[in-house]
Amino acid sequence: MTLLNSYFGNFGGMYVPQILIPALYQLEDAFVSSQKDKNFLMKIKYLLKNYAGRPTPLTLCKNITKGTNTKIYLKREDLLHGGAHKTNQVIGQALLAVRMKKKEIIAETGAGQHGVATAMICSLLNLKCRIYMGKKDIQRQNLNVLRMKLMGAKIIPVSTGTQTLKDACNEALRDWSGSYEKSHYMIGTVAGPHPYPTIVKEYQKIIGKETKQQILDQEGIFPNLIIACVGGGSNAIGIFSNFIKNEQVNLIGVEPAGKGIDTGKHGAPLQNEKIGIYFGMKSAIMQNQEGQIQESWSISSGLDFPSIGPEHVFLKKNNRVKYVSITDDEAINAFVTLCKKEGIIPALESSHAIAYAIKIMNKNTKKKQIIIVNLSGRGDKDLITVENFLKNKRKLK
Amino acid sequence: MNRYKNLFNHLKKKNEACFTPFIIIGDPNFEDSLSIIDILIKNGADALELGIPFSDPIADGITIQKSNLRSFSSGINVQKCFKFIQKIRIKYPNIPIGILVYANIIFNKGIKNFYSECSFTGIDSVLIPDVPLQEYKIFLKYANIFNINSIFICPPNADKNIIEKISLYGTGYIYLLSRSGVTGTKNEAILPDKKIISMLKQKSNTPLLQGFGISDTMYIKNLLKIGISGVICGSVIIEKIEKYYKKNIVMYNSIGKLVKKLKKSTILKKN
Repeated sequence: MTLLNSYFGNFGGMYVPQILIPALYQLEDAFVSSQKDKNFLMKIKYLLKNYAGRPTPLTLCKNITKGTNTKIYLKREDLLHGGAHKTNQVIGQALLAVRMKKKEIIAETGAGQHGVATAMICSLLNLKCRIYMGKKDIQRQNLNVLRMKLMGAKIIPVSTGTQTLKDACNEALRDWSGSYEKSHYMIGTVAGPHPYPTIVKEYQKIIGKETKQQILDQEGIFPNLIIACVGGGSNAIGIFSNFIKNEQVNLIGVEPAGKGIDTGKHGAPLQNEKIGIYFGMKSAIMQNQEGQIQESWSISSGLDFPSIGPEHVFLKKNNRVKYVSITDDEAINAFVTLCKKEGIIPALESSHAIAYAIKIMNKNTKKKQIIIVNLSGRGDKDLITVENFLKNKRKLK
Repeated sequence: MNRYKNLFNHLKKKNEACFTPFIIIGDPNFEDSLSIIDILIKNGADALELGIPFSDPIADGITIQKSNLRSFSSGINVQKCFKFIQKIRIKYPNIPIGILVYANIIFNKGIKNFYSECSFTGIDSVLIPDVPLQEYKIFLKYANIFNINSIFICPPNADKNIIEKISLYGTGYIYLLSRSGVTGTKNEAILPDKKIISMLKQKSNTPLLQGFGISDTMYIKNLLKIGISGVICGSVIIEKIEKYYKKNIVMYNSIGKLVKKLKKSTILKKN
C-alpha cells in the first residue's frame, strides 16, 4: 500500500517492472517523513533563497500590451539560477536522495534544462550524476550539454528510437532497474510513476505561492488568467497549484501543436485525449491505433514528449484547467516579440504560453484583464534553433 | 486442459527441467519467424514465450529492443501477432504458449477484448512486464474469466508480502529474475536467493522458471540443483537472429545448435 494516493482520479499509478516498486516505496517514505522534518524543510528553503535566488520577480510587460486594456505579467522563472523553474524541484529531490543515502543520480533531459539543474545540484551536494539525452536533443541543445559537462555530469547519448526525450526517459528507467540500490532517478516533471507527480508538484508549488502574494501586492486582486506551457507539465502545475481553489482565476495550459495538430507532428496528447499506459503512468498518450507510442514533435525540445503528467488529465476532465495548443510558428513569433519589445529572451517552451496570452489579448483589446504568464525558462539555449527556423522562413533581417 | 500442468508433469516423469525460448514475433519477418519456431521446437523447446513487439520496451535491453525494431520494419502489428500464434497453435496443439506484452497494447485494445482474443487464439499465459502487483487487479480479473494463466515476475528484491501475492495469484509458472536490470546477456545471471525459492515453494506449487541473462549451460545445471523447474532464454537466441538474419540457413543452423545445447543442460538424468 502506498502512503499517499497514487492516482489523480483515474490517472497516474505505478506501471513499472516489479523490481522498481521497493525503490518507489522507499522514495515515497522518504518524501512523507521529510515533509514533517523541519530541518529538511529549512534546508530546502535556504537553498531556494541563497542558491537558486528565490523569490523570482513578477514583471509587468509595458510594451507588448500597448493600445489594449490587458495587463500581462511574467513570473520570471527564467531568472532562477540555472535559467529555468527546474531548479526548484531538483533541490528537493537531491536532498531526498541524500536522505535515502544514495550517492548517484540518474536523470533524463530533453531541452537540457532539467539536466543542467540536476548537474548543478549534484555538483553542489557532491553526488555522482549521469544524464540520458537523445542524440537529436544533444545536437539541438549543445550549449546545455556543455554546461552539464562543465558541472561534472556524465552525458549518455541515446541513439535508440526517436533519439529525443521519450527514449532518454526509457533509458533512464532501464538504468534505474539495475542500479536502484545506490541511485536515485530524478524525474524532471510531474509525470512518471507515483510518487513522482506528487513530489515534483510539491517542490514546484513555490511558483504559485509567490505569484499569488506578488499579484495581490501589485494589483490587490487576483488575475483573470494564468497561462503556462505544458510538456510534462511541471511549471504549469507549479503556478496553477495555489490558484486551483480560486475558481474566478481561469487556468490555461498550452501544449505544443508543432507543425499543426492536423499534421500529426505535434506534442499535444491532451488534444486527442487518448488514454494509455506509458512511462510508469496511466495518462494521455500519443499512440497509434494499436497502442504503439508515437513520436511527438515540437520546435521546443522541452515540450517534445508524447505524454503529459496525470494530474493535467484529471484537471482537464474536471474542467478546472483549459488546455489549448500553439504551433511552432506562433511560438517563434511570440519569442521574437518578447525579445524585441520587452528585452526578455524567453525559452521556446515558455514562448508557447506567451503566444497564447497575446492571442487572448488581441481577441478583445478593450477588455480589461490581468494575465499572468509563467515564463518557465530563458531562451539562450534556443538561439540557434530560432535562427535556423527564421532563416528557413527567410524572415531574419 | 492446462498445458503448463501437463508439461510439468510430463517433464517430471522424464526427470527433465523446462527449457523455454523467448523470441519477438515477426523478427526478422513473419515467415522466418515461423520457421524459427519450428527450429526451436524441433531442437527441444518445451514451451514458448513470445513477445508482442512494443515501441518502448522498458524492461528489455538493447538486444530485444533491436529485435522489436526488426519486427516492426517487417510490417508486423498486433493483429498479425495473433495470426502468427494461431498458426503455431494449429501446428503444435500441445505446446504451452505464453506471450509477453506491454500494458499499453492490452489497454489500447480493451483489457476484456485482449484476454478474450488470447483465449480464442489458444494462448496459455500472459506476462505484462510493466504492470506490478499493485496495478494488476483488473488484468487478473479478465485473465481469470478467460482462463488465461497470469505470469508474475518475482524479482531478487522481493519481500515476504510480494512473494505471498505472487504465490497466490501466479498460475502456469512464476518468472524468477536472475538479477536486477533489464534483459540481455551482458550482465550475467547470478544464482537466486535460496530463501526466496524456499518461501515461494512453501506458499505454492507453481513451478519456477528463471530468466534474464541466462546463456550458460553450467549455470543452468547449477540452477536446477537448487530446485528451479526450468529456464527462459531470450537474448542469447535473439543475438543469433541479429547476427545471421540475412543468411537464413546459417541462422537456422546456429539457433538449432544453440537450443539443442541449452535443452541438453536441462536433462537431469537420461532415461
